[in-house]
Amino acid sequence: MKVSIIQFPGSNCDRDAYRAMVGPLGVDAELLWHKETSLNGSDAVILPGGFSYGDYLRCGAIARFSPIMKAVKEFALAGGRVLGICNGFQILCESGLLPGALLRNASMKFICQDHFLTVEDSNAAFCRERLGENVVIPIAHGEGNFRIDEVRLRKLEDQGQVLLRYAHEKSDDEEVANPNGSVDRIAGIRNEAGNVYGMMPHPERVVEDFHSNQDGIRILEAFLSAN
Amino acid sequence: MKVTVFVTPKASVLDPQGAAVNHAMQSLGFSDSSNVRIGKVISFDLEEEDSPELRGRLDKICEDLLSNPVIEDYSYEVSNAS
Repeated sequence: MKVSIIQFPGSNCDRDAYRAMVGPLGVDAELLWHKETSLNGSDAVILPGGFSYGDYLRCGAIARFSPIMKAVKEFALAGGRVLGICNGFQILCESGLLPGALLRNASMKFICQDHFLTVEDSNAAFCRERLGENVVIPIAHGEGNFRIDEVRLRKLEDQGQVLLRYAHEKSDDEEVANPNGSVDRIAGIRNEAGNVYGMMPHPERVVEDFHSNQDGIRILEAFLSAN
Repeated sequence: MKVTVFVTPKASVLDPQGAAVNHAMQSLGFSDSSNVRIGKVISFDLEEEDSPELRGRLDKICEDLLSNPVIEDYSYEVSNAS
């Protein structure tokens, strides 16, 4: 199993993703510069968090057209596993590999905190039986407000494409549970086929013994075993 | 020629920036304003002449890059001044 982690100009969570893979996950990984045109036979791709192209124009709008994205798109359309974390999720939505869009947080604030998330029963690889009912994963974003039109939202929900939802351990109050105004509190989704994942929370930040918890390990394992 | 593209959030999309600006305008005692929407203007010069084919390419660059059709509308103006 080899994972390619794409580096765009402005990506800054690439090395955390790399460390998570080669360390706690025990998987071979390589950092791949966005100007490359081949995935070198990788088994999975991660688009990491950060501020690719400075979030200019729209988050992920320019990274979506980086040379490597042609190979990533072909890989995804052929069933290859792709995970977009935070800015990576934004890039996947901009490229059409995932539906919807990520807008500015409703509060207009950049939110940086550990957040309680419910695990959804999405499919065999990503479900409560395997991952537990919830996880606590850090979020750090200013544009994590997931929006999608009513028709596509119904389809997303009916087809079980939601992976994670923002919540709170002790309260169901929207203000407390939902940090950014995402519709249906959606924090992460997959595509219909189940090989492309996108999530705003950062699983790679909770994998080491010295992190606040290690909930990210099973999230990343679920992705690596997807499809 | 000069192209000026206007990108605005779709009417159906919540605009928290617009809401924040509206709140600020009202705090300044401006007026009983509502429905503030914030978009962007992108302008550029082109060396070629206007043509239906160019308009087709303009639409494509607006749909692919300059706007996100999921959440934004666009329109553009073309003029011979530069």
